[in-house]
Amino acid sequence: MTRWFRQPPPRGVLLAFLVAGLAACFVIEQFGLVDDYVRFVLITLGINIILCVSLNLVNGWMGEFSVGHAGFMALGAYLSACVSVKWLAWGDPLWMFPLAVIGGGLMAGAVGFLLGLLSFKTRGDYLAIITLAFLMIVKSGLENIPYVGGPRGFLGIGNHTTLLWTAVWTVLTLWAIRNLVYSRFGRGIVAVREDEIAANAMGVDTRKAKLAAFVVSSFFGGVAGALFAHQLQFINPGVFDIVKSTEILVMVYLGGIGSLAGSILGATAFTFLSQVLQPLGTWRMVILPLILVLLMIFRPRGIMGMREFPWFVPRREFPAKEGKK
Amino acid sequence: MKPLLEVRDVTMRFGGLVAVSDFSLQVTPGHAHGIIGPNGAGKTTAFNVITGIYAPTSGDIRFRGESVAGHRPSAIARRGIARTFQNIRLFRDLTVLDNVRIAHDAHARYSWPGAMVQLPSARRAEKETITRCLDMLEKFGLGDVARERAGDLSYGSQRRLEIARAMALQPELLLLDEPAAGMNSAETLKLVEFLGWLRDHFSVTLLLIEHHMQLVMTFCDRITVLDFGKTIAEGTPAEVRANPKVIEAYLGPEDGHE
Repeated sequence: MTRWFRQPPPRGVLLAFLVAGLAACFVIEQFGLVDDYVRFVLITLGINIILCVSLNLVNGWMGEFSVGHAGFMALGAYLSACVSVKWLAWGDPLWMFPLAVIGGGLMAGAVGFLLGLLSFKTRGDYLAIITLAFLMIVKSGLENIPYVGGPRGFLGIGNHTTLLWTAVWTVLTLWAIRNLVYSRFGRGIVAVREDEIAANAMGVDTRKAKLAAFVVSSFFGGVAGALFAHQLQFINPGVFDIVKSTEILVMVYLGGIGSLAGSILGATAFTFLSQVLQPLGTWRMVILPLILVLLMIFRPRGIMGMREFPWFVPRREFPAKEGKK
Repeated sequence: MKPLLEVRDVTMRFGGLVAVSDFSLQVTPGHAHGIIGPNGAGKTTAFNVITGIYAPTSGDIRFRGESVAGHRPSAIARRGIARTFQNIRLFRDLTVLDNVRIAHDAHARYSWPGAMVQLPSARRAEKETITRCLDMLEKFGLGDVARERAGDLSYGSQRRLEIARAMALQPELLLLDEPAAGMNSAETLKLVEFLGWLRDHFSVTLLLIEHHMQLVMTFCDRITVLDFGKTIAEGTPAEVRANPKVIEAYLGPEDGHE
């Protein structure tokens, strides 16, 4: 059994799982098999996985420390809300909603590009402070734009985030980031983390690597924000604060840096933990950061840090079978 | 023959400190060229200027006749200058295979959207990279440890991996910063053999910094001597050995009282 899990699955198994999962999401929704609370938690789980794996690209694989992910989420949320409520409100959600989500992602990705440019000059603690400043700019910026409701928030967003859409975007995000990580671009990103000087000397254009990491990470952060907005149907700038960023950080460092399986694990553990801790009210925000502190001390790389569940690793990465060279 | 690498009057200043001044060097294709000099003579700084880590304060660096002074390190590496570091700089947490792949990737051509949606061309390129890099590791005797963590290798293997990684860039010129550091004389002898194989097998030109005199004198075709950032001698090993300035730099002035 354990040996079986150390190898890639037989061809088609992963695909079968995927199809079955998506079908299940569709069926559950069509026939109302679960109550609204469970459905809400499952959608939150999907959004959290997208947030976690996309932040992991910058904080885990690239080894920087961004605390601005909630800012990208806000950009995606607000832009997608503008699309679905103000600009294309007449459209059928079937095509209008994906467009809104992609638009939100692109908006976040474009701003992520700018943050990537800043990362050329600064690293580590200083870049972390810049991402914090970015987060504050986004929040106060949104509070001062009456068009999107200012500090009162953006009301009347359609309930378009279905379980199926969430599942589709989650799978898409995981797939795209896996493909990126196991390509020359992903290896360039990891090389930046390992040793930037050596990476440069080995022909890695570290500027492009940083831009790629920031753009892809913020794009999917924006996608998650768009799904989030159409799940809650009401957003205000206060939602996307440092607390939200901290939550994503806890997921990343709990599950494990530089790992897809870790991102899923971290997001899942966090989602259920925060539901269980719900009765504690505000104390929740004492316990969650405390988890982050303990993690940083005892297991700074997280549960699955830099390790991967073999099913997520492309087949070509495994050694050729004996006798076949 | 036209020099492969030509350094012309390069000066590198850090604030008030002049690390290298009027450094000139011509490396002939196919040669092994040594740079020697006492500690703090500016040898590693010279390497860092050639590979683009620093842009020279003044002077020019020409590789295959084209100026590369002030270019980005990654661009210089792609043009064909690879290097190792004095204190090994591997990607320690990555596998041996990934270390070599990252250098080899400099020549891969597929685009990032292609990689993200796994176009057949990107997949093919990836598979080819793996095959080629495993071949490369096999040549360097590291085939068995291809999937080990680079930081877990022995010191000697790490040194060898660093050279293998540099060779995966398919360079024309390889800069070695103290390849014999931390080796005893038996290991150094083996290293000389290894460097000879490297030069002949890959027909790569070598430029090396080394403290181990015996290695430099037996292996190098030409030698440049630096002292306090200045070039004080240049020539064949025999010429350099006979040069009074060199003897002075290493042993102190003849009429010294020490």
